[in-house]
Amino acid sequence: MMLMHPAAFPAVGEPLPEDAVAKMMKFNDELVQAGVLLSADGLEQPETGSRVRFAGGRPRVTDGPFTEAKELIGGYWIIQASSQEEAVEWAGRCPAADGDMIEVRQIQQWPED
Amino acid sequence: MAATATQRTVEAVWRIESPRLIAGLARVVRDVGLAEDLAQDALVVALETWPRAGVPDNPGAWLMATAKHRAIDTLRRGATLDRKRELIARELETAAEPDLDAELDDDIGDDLLRLVFTACHPLLPTEGRIAMVLRLLGGLTTGEIARAFLVPETTVAQRITRAKRTLAEAAVPFEVPSGDERVERLASVLEVVYLIFNEGYSATAGGDWMRVELCEDALRLGRVLAQILPGEGEVHGLVALMEIQQSRARARVGRDGAPVLLADQDRARWDRLLIARGLAALARAVETGPLGPYGLQAAIAACHARAPSTAATDWAQIAALYGALAAAAPSPVVELNRAVAISMAEGPEAGLAAVDALAGEPALRGYHLLPAVRGDMLARLGRRAEASAEFARAAELTRNERERELLLARTRTGA
Repeated sequence: MMLMHPAAFPAVGEPLPEDAVAKMMKFNDELVQAGVLLSADGLEQPETGSRVRFAGGRPRVTDGPFTEAKELIGGYWIIQASSQEEAVEWAGRCPAADGDMIEVRQIQQWPED
Repeated sequence: MAATATQRTVEAVWRIESPRLIAGLARVVRDVGLAEDLAQDALVVALETWPRAGVPDNPGAWLMATAKHRAIDTLRRGATLDRKRELIARELETAAEPDLDAELDDDIGDDLLRLVFTACHPLLPTEGRIAMVLRLLGGLTTGEIARAFLVPETTVAQRITRAKRTLAEAAVPFEVPSGDERVERLASVLEVVYLIFNEGYSATAGGDWMRVELCEDALRLGRVLAQILPGEGEVHGLVALMEIQQSRARARVGRDGAPVLLADQDRARWDRLLIARGLAALARAVETGPLGPYGLQAAIAACHARAPSTAATDWAQIAALYGALAAAAPSPVVELNRAVAISMAEGPEAGLAAVDALAGEPALRGYHLLPAVRGDMLARLGRRAEASAEFARAAELTRNERERELLLARTRTGA
């Protein structure tokens, strides 16, 4: 799974720049053409999200915007790669903005019962 | 970056770039074998250069440029410098500074299509087709293919060398066949992909990862085919079948490594993402027209995928689909499966009648599942003595030790 942590989010209701969207669609299309893309989604701005924290055995809900806004997730891709290196190689081809970060993690395949 | 880490990166780049690199080169040099050799040469140069100089920004274009330079040298150096070779070499030279990126992207679908049809050419034996497809389109190394198919690396290397020679000697054109030939050749392409998938699928119980990964390689190939042949229903059907079968990978092996039958699988462990992808691919297959054998098998797999349990499965629909499959691709094994579905939908009596219709089938003589299925239906009807005899016969015929034990246990009770 490739998790996108963007350096900046556009304000709520503000669309993403057209050329950035076009570039991202081209990247997604490359993943599809190569037969590796299983699923991908962009997420709405963090302001519209909620956080459910657990403490003392109870959930506590905080609605966005969040004061601590480090390393928020802006979207994800699930790809089928033959190795971590291949997944990293694909991530490196993403037309990301300066300061963005993509975290590449392997989905657990055979969880312990 | 340590040498081994760079090497792994080079291998990763190779996985991604080699199909379109080979396909693009084959269009230019009009020889799949030569294109593959040139691509391999470029890989060797990359393995030498990149650990020192770093991985280039556009590794695909770098590999293409390197391979083209090699191509010019090779063509000029060739013992028989005929006019055709000279022409190709000059073409390559004059096109020395094109936009390589665009060159890789333009018509890449068409090039890949020509490549897959050439790799699965009927002149090649099945194992040659499999090796060529994995090597040329899957980006696998000879060693990886050898480990996956449990044969020595030299064997795979020979298969590839022979295949390339056969194609060169017959001067097989690098093109997509048309008309009736296209239908036949497409069937061969799909068969090769499904054989690769099944090789991995049957290895699941062994826990041998190199082999199990063949399922993923086949799926990847199938998805690529679906992109370049969007109008072919059977391509979508095959993809749907593989996606749904692969969705059960986690559930079909028990903790002891033994296979778990569909009815006993923990459906919570089925991969919902792959099921959704499989159902979407099946819907695309349906859109293109009546389902073919792969599409029908996918539709059957989809009935299971949608069902919350064995009992809540639409067995009537499955029986009907097996009927359609038997009509499209007649097979006594399909008929036997249909009989099982009928027994689940209408009861053991109706199932038994369907099984008995297969009694004289020569293809099923010695097939342990025929008496096993018949025994099961008799047992469900309470005809214990007859059931017992069928289970004993099935136990004699099976080659699987675990299955034999199970059948012998049923022989004793007749239930």
